[in-house]
Amino acid sequence: MSRRITARRTLIVTLAAWTVGLLIFFPILWTVLMSFKTEGDAIKAPFAMLFSDWTLISYEQVQTRSNYSRHFMNSVVISLGSTLLALAIAIPAAWAMAFVPGRRTKDVLMWMLSTKMMPAVGVLIPIYLIFRDTGLLDTRIGLVIVLTLINLPIVVWMLYTYFKEIPGEILEAARMDGATLGSEILYVLTPMAVPGIASTLLLNVILAWNEAFWTLQLTTSRAAPLTQFIASYSSPEGLFYAKLSAASTMAIAPILILGWFSQKQLVRGLTFGAVK
Amino acid sequence: MGKITLRNVQKRFGEAVVIPSLDLDIEDGEFVVFVGPSGCGKSTLLRLIAGLEDVSDGQILIDGRNATEMPPAKRGLAMVFQSYALYPHMTVRKNIAFPLKMAKMEQSEIDRRVENAARILNLTSYIDRRPGQLSGGQRQRVAIGRAIVREPAAFLFDEPLSNLDAALRVNMRLEITELHQSLQTTMIYVTHDQVEAMTMADKIVVLNAGRIEQVGSPLTLYRNPANLFVAGFIGSPKMNLIEGPEAAKFGATTMGVRPEHIDISRESGLWQGEVGVSEHLGSDTFLHVHVAGMPTLTVRAGGEYGVHHGDKVWLTPQADKIHRFGPDGRAL
Repeated sequence: MSRRITARRTLIVTLAAWTVGLLIFFPILWTVLMSFKTEGDAIKAPFAMLFSDWTLISYEQVQTRSNYSRHFMNSVVISLGSTLLALAIAIPAAWAMAFVPGRRTKDVLMWMLSTKMMPAVGVLIPIYLIFRDTGLLDTRIGLVIVLTLINLPIVVWMLYTYFKEIPGEILEAARMDGATLGSEILYVLTPMAVPGIASTLLLNVILAWNEAFWTLQLTTSRAAPLTQFIASYSSPEGLFYAKLSAASTMAIAPILILGWFSQKQLVRGLTFGAVK
Repeated sequence: MGKITLRNVQKRFGEAVVIPSLDLDIEDGEFVVFVGPSGCGKSTLLRLIAGLEDVSDGQILIDGRNATEMPPAKRGLAMVFQSYALYPHMTVRKNIAFPLKMAKMEQSEIDRRVENAARILNLTSYIDRRPGQLSGGQRQRVAIGRAIVREPAAFLFDEPLSNLDAALRVNMRLEITELHQSLQTTMIYVTHDQVEAMTMADKIVVLNAGRIEQVGSPLTLYRNPANLFVAGFIGSPKMNLIEGPEAAKFGATTMGVRPEHIDISRESGLWQGEVGVSEHLGSDTFLHVHVAGMPTLTVRAGGEYGVHHGDKVWLTPQADKIHRFGPDGRAL
């Protein structure tokens, strides 16, 4: 009796989970499907669209009209660059806060997080003006700097939480064993923190890859990443659903593949502390 | 060599004074135990000697050299932590070899010393495992192994046995004592367990609120506690402390007598009382006896002592084993 109830519950829960999952995934799925249609078919009624012919024409058109590889390279440089720079700043910061906390450490952490509570548009004008005056507009280095600053609080927080889980006595043991600060970091801390640093890096690459506000505001062509590439198919040339979908699919594909291969790391990083 | 001298050592955390001012001499080769209740500053004191905390004032000398400002790595001391603090990503071999690698020793010498330590500590069959695959006792041995390969000037132990179960603790206690006898190196051992202190120490330092209450051999502290705190802390079960008119009869503000120094009789004695709880341990029986006008007295009787709740007994403290304390709590 109880087994049958359990089986039915499992079925309901499974169905519910699939439904929620599909709902979340549906826009992406629809985009991908639409990218394989002609412009004419793409604006048909949804069901009619499904049964029309499949074609790669939108991809061909997108390829000829814009330079995908340049946008792709910009995205790679900007997301990786900002992530590495953020890690280089955040690792020492998180170390200091986790292992040598002062009286104001908690306040500093809260203050850093509070910067994320302000809408980005609030500082758009000052940053735009600074960028204009320093010649950083539409440069990769400018975007690397901005995205580093935008994501730094999250990177510091993630690493801080992760380092907090490393017992301080192990570092003290290394000190007693004659390790200098350098060897303590190299031989003891880093090997123990590698999983945490890796998942922070992955998450930050994804956040930076998908960041659309600053990348759209501060670039036009030279440093424009894939977000700009997608946007170019929405407004200036009117609504071309199929080409827009093809561009979006090409933009998210790399990060989707990266995410797929690193899901274990990502889930571990995001749920760290909660399940340990 | 491992002579450690503390001169006027003070430690404050912000406003909080943990160690007001402390002087102590630890001779080369001594086994010294810091004992006291939790929060008495004993672990802080050990960490000051190790260099893991900075002293607020005063000096720490190791073999006559001023080590006050030296980083832990330069002091030549090895420490065994309560949590063992092994490196989880390294095998037992690499854990033990780590301090030697840091000292940039030659690989052949490292191998020789690690093999030797593993043999002494019965770790040879686990040498390529990681700490996660070891039991608590084995981990503790690895931590000790990591300490002995360096041949340090002194060993520091910070409550190393408190995470082990009772049977293992007795074993490890013996192993550490044997290790001390074979190495003859200075050892400083922190514990809140007075049984560990009594059984292992050459010299016990009783600490209370950052102050030294008394320093001496285990039996000195047992026979001649300098004050009420030491009297109550050393000995198990605790010494019976009696105040008021009964104590005044012995010319003291407080008189103390240990449970094993009270004679018990059915017929006659100094105090008459009624047995409350009796605890049978097999080897001993501890009776908790209610005597009018006194706190409940603990008395040790023989293992098979037949007595029941409510029985009337007579108690007599052994005259030469009575401790007398003045109004300031000091022994008279």
